[in-house]
Amino acid sequence: MNLEELISIVGGCLHTDGADLSREIKGGCGADLMSDVLASIQPEAVLLTGLCNPQVIRTAQMADIAAIVFVRGKQPPQETIDLAIEERIPLITSPFGMFELCGRLHRKGLPSLEMPVEKEPCPGD
Amino acid sequence: MEDQTRFKGLHISDQLAGEITRTEELAYELKISEVMTQNPITTSIEMTMEAVLNTFRNHRISGAPVLEGEKLVGVISIEDLINSLRKNDISSPVKKYMTTSLVTVRETDTVIEALKLFVHTKLGRIIVINSSNQLAGIITKGDVTRGILKALDHDYKEEEVRRYRASHLFEDISSDRSSLILRYTIKVGDFTRGGSASSNIKRALLRMGANPQLARRCGIAIYEAEMNLIIHTTRGGIIRVEIEPHQITMQATDEGPGIADVDLAMKPGYSTATQEVRELGFGAGMGLVNIKRCVDWMQLESTPGVGTKLKIKIFLKEEDTVGEGYPSTKESIKDESSGNNKSFGA
Repeated sequence: MNLEELISIVGGCLHTDGADLSREIKGGCGADLMSDVLASIQPEAVLLTGLCNPQVIRTAQMADIAAIVFVRGKQPPQETIDLAIEERIPLITSPFGMFELCGRLHRKGLPSLEMPVEKEPCPGD
Repeated sequence: MEDQTRFKGLHISDQLAGEITRTEELAYELKISEVMTQNPITTSIEMTMEAVLNTFRNHRISGAPVLEGEKLVGVISIEDLINSLRKNDISSPVKKYMTTSLVTVRETDTVIEALKLFVHTKLGRIIVINSSNQLAGIITKGDVTRGILKALDHDYKEEEVRRYRASHLFEDISSDRSSLILRYTIKVGDFTRGGSASSNIKRALLRMGANPQLARRCGIAIYEAEMNLIIHTTRGGIIRVEIEPHQITMQATDEGPGIADVDLAMKPGYSTATQEVRELGFGAGMGLVNIKRCVDWMQLESTPGVGTKLKIKIFLKEEDTVGEGYPSTKESIKDESSGNNKSFGA
């Protein structure tokens, strides 16, 4: 799936001019905790998140994230957009919520790029 | 919509797609004054068409602006010349055959304006004027192509030169043990700039030829450490990164408040962060756990009331070496990398 297809699937709009629409998106990850993102995400994934601060862009840069989708119509502040343009990370806002977006993308064949944590025994085991 | 026709029939490879993007960016960045031909050949209104023919032939051009004194009054092209030849009228002056409805661009406009005009008017050359509407130059499609190629080449060379210099750093310096030390001062509470030190560290490693996975591991580890300094310290702290061909050592030091129970701090999910910090997406109690996961060796020393010192190391395999200066004998690096994995002081 490339960026252009992704934008159409999530029904979103792009905030960063000049983004490479043919960029390949290898999978997805959805989280609001940046440490969870840093711990679990594999390179070249799209990140679905409800957070819009510049730390999201820094996280994306550190973890080699290919694009960011803000869920539920969240509009990023200018400082976030500026940093995203500088680091060449495409930003998209979608009107849909996290569950809906994960479902839409998964249905279109986008795999999860979240590494699970090691399974702990369940209570009572 | 225009793009679809522009690239119609052209197979666009990934590489080409990347270049198109940068080329398109350049069309919006480059000023017309940077790519145009300055001091173009001009003609006067009184010049004969025969003289124009000779001028075109001598200079191998197919058009020229027409001046009356300093003032731009028209343009004369090879079509106008053919017209006069057909009428057997080449002794007439330029003013009889020139075109006076001028299509112009300003020298301060970006190249994209000229490109739009080339498409819409089908003209081969456009006259460039300055702020006082005087002739500044002439721009052709060839000028645009040359200008963009030059800029692309420059961009490419700049990053290549930086990478080359950085990746050969250790090779050119001879000592028994060379290292590069980067230091960053991190302010407490500086959430807006938070992560910029880590960003610079990751970029430095990539320039030095570190492979992307390695740069990613270092970036994630030091970013968590940088955010810890911003979130938890009383006065911020210092990040110190020492890059050697065989290992990368990163240190985050602060002057308090210190961690009361280091083992508890290392427990996944344990956090002392405020609600405000949690709303920023941090403070989930995963920072130190993440750091540990990314590095080969970690030491956390903390004294309440005095401060905390986090030291982490990533050991490089010979094929992953940065800076082209991996020690030739394994013995020379044995002192630090032996044993002692994941030790925690108190």
